[in-house]
Amino acid sequence: MKFEYLSHTADAKFRAFGKDIDEAFVNSALAMFNILGDTTDVKITKKIKIELKEKNYESLLYSFLEELLFLLETENLFLSNINNLKINKDFSLNCIVEGDDLQKYDLKGDIKAVTYSDMEIKKTNKGYEIVVVVDI
Amino acid sequence: MEIKKIKDNVYSVEKEGKMNVPVRIFASEKILNKIKKDNSIQQAKNVACMPGIYKQSIMMCDAHQGYGFPVGGVAAFDTKNGCISPGGVGFDINCGVRLMTSDLTKDVVEPKIKELINELFDHVPCGVGKESRIRLDDDEFDFVLNGGLKWALKNDYANEDDLEKCEENGCMATADHTKVSPRARKRGRRQLGTLGAGNHFLEVQYVDEIYDSEIAEKFGIRNKNQIVIMIHSGSRGLGHQVCSDYLRKIENDLPEIFNNLPEKDLAYAPTGTELANDYLGAMSAAANYGWCNRQIISYETRKAFARVFEGEKLNLMYDVAHNIAKVENYEIDGEMREVYVHRKGATRAFGPGHKEIPKIYRDVGQPIILPGSMGTASYVLVGTDKAMNETFSSTPHGAGRLMSRHEAMKKFEGESVRKQLEKQKIYIKAASIRGISEEAPEVYKDVDEIVRVSDEVGIGKKVARLRPLGVIKG
Repeated sequence: MKFEYLSHTADAKFRAFGKDIDEAFVNSALAMFNILGDTTDVKITKKIKIELKEKNYESLLYSFLEELLFLLETENLFLSNINNLKINKDFSLNCIVEGDDLQKYDLKGDIKAVTYSDMEIKKTNKGYEIVVVVDI
Repeated sequence: MEIKKIKDNVYSVEKEGKMNVPVRIFASEKILNKIKKDNSIQQAKNVACMPGIYKQSIMMCDAHQGYGFPVGGVAAFDTKNGCISPGGVGFDINCGVRLMTSDLTKDVVEPKIKELINELFDHVPCGVGKESRIRLDDDEFDFVLNGGLKWALKNDYANEDDLEKCEENGCMATADHTKVSPRARKRGRRQLGTLGAGNHFLEVQYVDEIYDSEIAEKFGIRNKNQIVIMIHSGSRGLGHQVCSDYLRKIENDLPEIFNNLPEKDLAYAPTGTELANDYLGAMSAAANYGWCNRQIISYETRKAFARVFEGEKLNLMYDVAHNIAKVENYEIDGEMREVYVHRKGATRAFGPGHKEIPKIYRDVGQPIILPGSMGTASYVLVGTDKAMNETFSSTPHGAGRLMSRHEAMKKFEGESVRKQLEKQKIYIKAASIRGISEEAPEVYKDVDEIVRVSDEVGIGKKVARLRPLGVIKG
């Protein structure tokens, strides 16, 4: 399982899994975009490179997901795949995000923002687990 | 945690630990039991620990768990020795509602409701990624941010009367466009005049009940079955990004505060700091954008009505924010104090005589617009002196969610919700049919009960009840 949705009264909350931190970040992004619509059947027409640097995993996760929301609204990117995501020891991240023009899909809901509320990044015996609440 | 009943519909959690003030909950027992089920009371206790908070950390009847502050939370902090908090306003800065009145009646509009709703749907962009037709250069965009409805007036999207009947006359003077980041500007650039998605809507309603005919008349609500239009939207991506930006600035610049918070979304800037002033400037600019957004939607709505009903004119009754921080003055412990009142999912409710109420309403009090959920009633209330004393002039902002979106998706199917509404003679047109399921009437608390409590406590008196005929949604 890549991710699951958890109950939250007002907003959307998800738990994403990964064998390492890189994969857990990728699956968090997919969990966020699946709130809007099914990302499994999307043609790739857009590719955008992302480079970020932060002080710790939590800020990096916030910045990463927020950057994706920014691309959603300014580049109309409906994300469906992420290539070569790599998080380095100095909490820098680079990757290439891919997807299609969101106008072509039946998407619902507005993800207004990423929040720190209940955010968790946890190492488990199977890898990493991430919990995020986004404001809808 | 002990929740003490003070009197009917008023509960308290007394000071403990680091709390500077107690928590007050304005709710019936029935609703309190629902509020207890999530983490919102703990969140209100966290707010009570913030610096410079006065009197009490308030939870409205429609409160539910938010991030940092509870939604339906009100708190006032000293403007000199307190703080201002992006989380206390929320991501959707100046999310709010406006109501316009018409001279039409239900019997005239009902047979044409599909045509009207389709016309509105074609001209008001709604749903994820739907862009505005308005393109502004940098100077004009700065004017939107600094001038709010003054920009709309100059560009013929608004008339003088619209400005008179809008909170702050549609322009917060504290706005400073230079404090809004390029990222926030870019997000807001193509969204001015768009409804958005989620719980935002445009509803054509009819007056179903009038409780106070004298005040209703003042507000332009004259008869049962009169048609009115309600618009619920906010400052779109621009406001969301402003909140996010300042949350991150506090994280980076004030780590000694940020790292010691019970929840990071409670991040605040102490008053007097550059960051506090910058946030106030940026938040006010986003609020001005929010008013322009609702105004442009109104402009399109007016044109649609004029096309379908031969020149029909719509008048603004009032426009009020429910996610905002404002500088206001209150007598606290015998002294006048200037405070930042944070209303996160709460509506300002000034009583009669307040100078910020439009002149024509001033002797009765400020109009309050309280939207229900899709398919249920909405209400017009009026502000009171009691709200001034008990809740820093605030009253609830809506029904308040009860069920998570995920749960709603599993339980309701968009198409059947639409059919159920159609049976009740409510015509809905949505950008996403799947989105309707998340907004099914059952996922909200009972708005009638929330209004009843406000009325009984006296923090917002009932004026009229409205019911939907047609809805457009994202």
